[in-house]
Amino acid sequence: MLSILSAVGGLILSPLVGGLLTGVDRRLTARLQSRLGPPLLQPFYDVFKLFGKEASVTNAWLVFSAYMTLISSALALLIFFMGGDLLLLFFVLTVGAVFQVVGALCVPSPYSNVGAQRELLLMLAYEPILILVFVGFAMCTGSFSIEAVFAQDQPLLLKMPLLFLALGYALTIKLRKSPFDISASHHGHQELVKGVQTEYSGPYLGIIELAHWLDLVLILGLCAMFWHTSVIGMATLVAASLFTEILIDNITARLTWQWMVQKRSLLLGMGLALVNLLWLYVA
Amino acid sequence: MGFVDKMIKRSRLKSPWIVHFDCGSCNGCDIEVLACLTPMYDVERFGVVNAGNPKHADVLLVTGTVNHRNRHVLKQIYEQMPSPKAVISLGACNLSGGVFKDTYNVLNGAHNVIPVDVFVPGCPPKPEAIIDGVVEALGVLKAKMGMGPEPEATLMPGDADVPTAAAGPEGEAASEADKSMKNAG
Repeated sequence: MLSILSAVGGLILSPLVGGLLTGVDRRLTARLQSRLGPPLLQPFYDVFKLFGKEASVTNAWLVFSAYMTLISSALALLIFFMGGDLLLLFFVLTVGAVFQVVGALCVPSPYSNVGAQRELLLMLAYEPILILVFVGFAMCTGSFSIEAVFAQDQPLLLKMPLLFLALGYALTIKLRKSPFDISASHHGHQELVKGVQTEYSGPYLGIIELAHWLDLVLILGLCAMFWHTSVIGMATLVAASLFTEILIDNITARLTWQWMVQKRSLLLGMGLALVNLLWLYVA
Repeated sequence: MGFVDKMIKRSRLKSPWIVHFDCGSCNGCDIEVLACLTPMYDVERFGVVNAGNPKHADVLLVTGTVNHRNRHVLKQIYEQMPSPKAVISLGACNLSGGVFKDTYNVLNGAHNVIPVDVFVPGCPPKPEAIIDGVVEALGVLKAKMGMGPEPEATLMPGDADVPTAAAGPEGEAASEADKSMKNAG
């Protein structure tokens, strides 16, 4: 009972943390481009404004998909905070991604449809890596449960450093950061407008943004699991992962999908993961 | 509910996302609009984002000569933007038709097609003037939400000499005032 209550508390706090981290992201990005950048609370202003806008949608599926995306992100985070099952978390996370695709495909807009196809390719790129990382956790702890990870007395980073790199890889794709932002470009004035998010407007765009914040918290939480033994270690891993993501986002150009799926994800990401899994198997 | 309402109203003033539509200008104004996004002017300081998508945007920046062909596109973009929204007309061509005024294919300004809130004159207007235009548009939005007084129109040199209200773009702004109320949420 206590774990449920604390998990719900964490879930309520997560949008605040996610929004603040997004604000830090935008400010840091601006600094890297020698600009001053928006205020730290800018993401909150944006989302509040979006919630106050007129709701105009093309069809009801769009609304349903927006809510399903938010629900699946929230549920995945709840499973994470309750120390639940990694495989279950993986499937719930996939449901959210699938509903983003469904929402983008249910409208006739070509930008949205191309974005949806690319989102499917992104899923093809990061999901195998993510599941291999979870298999790595299972090989180390003997269970797919998150609680089993916290029962270990050694940081998992020592046993699975390559899997951590591979996870960082998958997470860049999941967060749609450059060079992997092909399905919904950061800046709407690019060739794809906003990809999968093109047709959402007003409060529904706000819901999608909120779901993205929750995803960010979950992803950084997964990174923190690699050094669960000390709070300082967790904070270091989270800060390092976030900063590296922002840095890579700013210094790389976008990849074509062939590069992303074949060379980068399958060869490099899966290669790293498989080598580490072999090492765990032999050791 | 009062608190949420206040937060939403405040947030509206702090995050104006922009969609920029070029009705076929010489690109002078468009280059100046993009200059606002560079590190030199950095409008993201004020929460301005170039959304490039009318469904996400709050402010419509229009440049170029409006003609019979693109008036439908302009109207459609305006209608796709969810309320509350503001429209800024940029540059001589968009204000009145500029050097093309009264030619057979030109409609003499975007205000003949959609309700315009702020007119920014110039050929092209400086980035400073464009940023000032966005700030003025926020003032108009603020007045519409009942949070401040209606900003007064600033006349350009030469406007004061003209006796009739309809001659200058500012005069048209006044006559358009009731129409532009449509932008309010």
